[in-house]
Amino acid sequence: MSDLTRLHASDLAAQLADGSVTSVEATQAQIDRIAAVDGDLNAFLHVDAEGALATAADVDARRAAGESLPTLAGVPIAVKDLINTVGQPTTAGSKILEGWVPPYDATVVTRLRAAGLPILGKTNLDEFAMGSSNEHSAYGPARNPWDTGRIPGGSSGGSAAAVAAFEAPLALGTDTGGSIRQPGAMTGIVGVKPTYGGVSRYGVIAMASSLDQVGPMARSVLDAALLHEVIAGHDPRDSTSIDAPVPSVVEAARRGDVAGLRIGVVREFAGEGFQPGVQRRFDEAVAKLADAGAEIVEVSCPSFTHGIAAYYLVMPSEVSSNLARFDAMRYGLRVSPDGNPSPSAEQVMAATRDAGFGDEVKRRIILGTYALSSGYYDAYYGSAQKVRTLIAQDFTAAFEQVDVLFSPTAPTTAWRLGEKSDDPLAMYLEDVCTIPANLAGVPGINVPIGLADDSGLPVGGQFLAPAQADERLYNAGAALERLVPAPVLEEVVR
Amino acid sequence: MSTPTKTPLVPFDDALTRYEPVMGLEVHVELGTRTKMFCGCATEFGAEPNTQVCPVCLGLPGALPVVNAKAVESAIRIGLALNCEIAEWCRFARKNYFYPDQPKNFQTSQYDEPIAFDGYTDVEVDGEVYRIEIERAHMEEDTGKSLHVGGATGRIHGADHSLLDYNRAGIPLIEIVTRTIEVPGDKAPAVARAYVNQLRDLMLALGVSDARMDQGSLRADVNLSLKPTGSSTLGTRSETKNVNSFRSVERAVRYEVGRHAGILDAGQKVVQETRHFHESDGSTSSGREKSDAEDYRYFPEPDLAPVAPSRAWVDELRGTLPEPPSERRKRLQAEWEFSDLDMRDTIGAGALELIVATVEAGAAPQAARKWWLGELARRSNDTGVDLAALPITPAQVAGIQALIDAGKINDKLARDVFDGVLAGEGTPEEVVASRGLEVVSDDGALGEAVDRAIEANPDVADKIRDGKLQAAGALIGAVMKEMRGQADAGRVRELILEKLS
Repeated sequence: MSDLTRLHASDLAAQLADGSVTSVEATQAQIDRIAAVDGDLNAFLHVDAEGALATAADVDARRAAGESLPTLAGVPIAVKDLINTVGQPTTAGSKILEGWVPPYDATVVTRLRAAGLPILGKTNLDEFAMGSSNEHSAYGPARNPWDTGRIPGGSSGGSAAAVAAFEAPLALGTDTGGSIRQPGAMTGIVGVKPTYGGVSRYGVIAMASSLDQVGPMARSVLDAALLHEVIAGHDPRDSTSIDAPVPSVVEAARRGDVAGLRIGVVREFAGEGFQPGVQRRFDEAVAKLADAGAEIVEVSCPSFTHGIAAYYLVMPSEVSSNLARFDAMRYGLRVSPDGNPSPSAEQVMAATRDAGFGDEVKRRIILGTYALSSGYYDAYYGSAQKVRTLIAQDFTAAFEQVDVLFSPTAPTTAWRLGEKSDDPLAMYLEDVCTIPANLAGVPGINVPIGLADDSGLPVGGQFLAPAQADERLYNAGAALERLVPAPVLEEVVR
Repeated sequence: MSTPTKTPLVPFDDALTRYEPVMGLEVHVELGTRTKMFCGCATEFGAEPNTQVCPVCLGLPGALPVVNAKAVESAIRIGLALNCEIAEWCRFARKNYFYPDQPKNFQTSQYDEPIAFDGYTDVEVDGEVYRIEIERAHMEEDTGKSLHVGGATGRIHGADHSLLDYNRAGIPLIEIVTRTIEVPGDKAPAVARAYVNQLRDLMLALGVSDARMDQGSLRADVNLSLKPTGSSTLGTRSETKNVNSFRSVERAVRYEVGRHAGILDAGQKVVQETRHFHESDGSTSSGREKSDAEDYRYFPEPDLAPVAPSRAWVDELRGTLPEPPSERRKRLQAEWEFSDLDMRDTIGAGALELIVATVEAGAAPQAARKWWLGELARRSNDTGVDLAALPITPAQVAGIQALIDAGKINDKLARDVFDGVLAGEGTPEEVVASRGLEVVSDDGALGEAVDRAIEANPDVADKIRDGKLQAAGALIGAVMKEMRGQADAGRVRELILEKLS
C-alpha cells in the first residue's frame, strides 16, 4: 500500500471518489509512513492517528451511504503547529505553550473538518514561526528529506518536510516573510502564500498580524489549489479577512497556459548572494516560459532591496506586542523564580518568559520593543511603514507592465544544520525575495524548478501576482510545472 | 513614598489666596451594549466571575477582535452630543503594558486618531454657565478586575494572592478627556462635580450607558495641578483615579488643592503620580509614580480595519440626539414652574434626571423636588451615597407621593415609608402594610380618641367652647400622640370642633 502515499491529493481524491481506495486505507498508509521516516525527519510534533482514522472512517461511511462529499474529503493533511486544533496540542514550537490544547479550532481547521480531511497531526516549526531553517524549534529541528543533515527551510519546515517525504499529501503552513514559499523551495514542493486577507487568521497564533497568512503546501500546483479553495474565503471573525469571492484558483491550476502572459523578471533579485546553481535553474525556467509563449519583461522594483530592513522593524514590533500575552497568568508554562517562595505576578511573568522563550524569539521581542519606544517610533516603525508603502507602489507599477513577477524563491539551496546559526543576519537574507510580498499583501507561489547542479538540492521559482489575483499564480505555476517537472525524491536521504 | 516629608494640608480657601487650580477630567463611560467591544460575550453586571468570557476577551492564542458596530454608533452619538468633530477615518491602537487583569497585556484603545475630538459642553453652577472644552472622546476596552486577598488594604501591596475576573475585560468604554479647565478657583470643585453629573445625565439621555458611578460604569479621574496666582507656568499634576461618586469628585478636587498647596508652600516638588481616593475621609494616597519614562509603545492595531463612518451615517445619528442639556434645563424649568433658585438647587444636587423620572411616574414637580432635595438629599448626605445611587427609584418616590395624595398616609408617615423602602422592605404599599402605617380616618376610632383627649384636657376644651379655636392644636396633638401619628389630622380637627361646638 505504500504507493498510496506517493499519490497527489487530486489523484487520491479521484480514487476515493470512485471507491478504488478508502480514506481509512490512505490515512493508515500515511500514519505508517510517518512511523517509518519521522524519526529521521522530526517533521511532526504530534501525531493523532486515532483522530485522523476516525475522520477517515466517518468519510468512508458517508461516501458508502451515497452522500455527496467535498472534493478533498478523505484526503489526509498535516497542520502546522501554529494553528489551533481542538483535541490536539498546539505549541507554536515553543516551550511556553508545551502541552497546551486549544479550546477552539482555527477557522481554517473548522473548514478542513467540514471538508472531511483527516488531520494527521501537527508539524514542526521555528518557535512562533520565527526562522528560516526550523533550527529555532524548541523541539529540535525538522530535517530536509533530500539530506537529513540539512535544514528543510522555515518556518513551515515541518509541513514542507512532511509533504516532500510523502508523510502527507497536503499540509497547511503560514507565511509571514516567506515561511511557506522558502521551505517549499528547500524541499522541492509547491507552497502558496495567498493574498493578505484571503484566508482567515482566526485561531492562528499571531507572529506579525499585518504580515501573517495561512496557505497550502502540496506536491502539485493543482493540489495546492484544491486546498486553497477549502481554506479561503471571508471569515467574520477576522476583521482583516476580505469579503469577496475566492479567486478561481482550481480552474486556473487546471488551465496552466502562459501563452501571451507577460512575466516580469525582477532585476533586483539576482547577482550577489545568489547561488550560481540556483541562478542557472532559474534562467532555464525563464527560457522555457518564453518558449511556451510568455512575454518576458525585465522590471525594476528598487524599493524591494529595502524589504528586509523594513520587515525587521515591522515584524518584531508586532511580535513584541502579540507575544506579550504569554505571561503564565491564564495558560501555558508557569515558572517561579529561583529562591523566591512568594513571587509577585510580575516576577512570575518574567521568569516564565525567560524560561519559555528561545533566543530568536527574545531577540525579536527586544528589537520590537525598542523600535516602538517613544522617541524611536518615527525613526523605526514609522519609517518602515513608509518603506512598506514604497514597496506596494513598486508592485503597482510593475503590475501595470506585467501580469506576474518571477524570481528565485530563495537565493540558495538548503544549507547544513548549524551552518548559519551564529549569524542571524545571513539567515535573514534568505528571505530577500519573499518578504516584499508580505509587506505589500500580495500573493506568491513557490514552484520547484529542478535540482541545482552545484548542490544537487531542490531549487524553487516564485511567481508574485497582484492582490486578489491569486489565480494568476496557479495558472503560471501549473504551466511551469509542466515545462519543468518537479524533482522526485526517491527516498529520504539520511 | 511620594513626598520626601509629609507636608500639612492647607485649607482650601487659604490655598486659593496663593494658587489657582488647573484641572482636567478624564471620564470613562462603560457602554450599555449587549455584547463586548470586540467579541460576542455578554456584559451583564454582577455575573459569577469568569462566566462571560471567550477566546477573544481572554486573549487566547490566535484569537482576533471584531469591532462592535453598536459601540461605534454610541461613541459617535456621545461625540456629537459633546459637540465634537467625528473622524472621517480613524484607527484603534495598542497600548502595551503588562498587568494580570489585562488578558493580552495590551489594551486595544485609540491613540492619536480618536473617533471624536474638539468639542465642548456647558455646565451650570450657581446659575453661572461654564464651558468645558472636550479634547477627545475615544473608544477602548475595559480590563478585567483583580481581587487582592490577604492584605490589609485590598490593594496588591501586601496581598498574599490575587484573584482575577475577566467578565469586565473587553467591555466597551468611551474615554472622554477635557482640555484644561480654568475656572475661578473657588468654583473648581463644584464645576468638576457638575461636569461629571452632566455627563451622567447626557449618557442617560442618549441611552448609551446606565452611567452608575457606584457600579463603575462611569468613572472619573481628576487631574489637578496648581499654579501661583497670576502665573502662567503650569505645575506638576497628580491624577486621582476612579473617584466613584459625584460628591467624591468635588472632595477630591478640594483635597488635592490643599495637598498640592502644602507641598508647594514647603518649597517641595509635587510628584507626578496616580493617586487613590478614599471615600471614608475624602483623602487621597499615592498610587504608582507615573514618570515620563512610562512608555506604552502605542502603534496602530493591525488586527482591526480602520473605522470610517460615512458622513451620511453621522448625520443620521445627529438626528437621534437628545435635547442639549442647557435647552433641556430651560424647558423643564418652565414646565415645572420652578423658580431660578429651585432649579439651581435641583441641578446642584444632581437631582434633575431623578425629578424628571419621578414626574414621569406621576408625581407633581414640586412634590418630586420636595422629596429629592429634602428628605432624600439629607439621607444622601448622611450616608455619603449619591442621590442617584440611593436604593430607591423615582417610581417609588412617585408612589409614596400618590399615597399621600390619596390620603392614605401623611407627610410624617411618608418618612417612615422612605425608611422602609430604603431598607429594602419592598414597595411603598408593602411597607405601609407591613409597618401598619396607614392613617386612621375611621370616625369610630378617632371619635373615641377625641373624647379621651377632651376628658383629659378640660381647660383646653373650655377655651375652644369659648371660641378660641386655635387652642384645638393641643387636642389634635394629644390625639395624634395616642394614634402614634397615624391619624388623619384634618378629620381629627373636624371631630373636635363638632364635639365642642
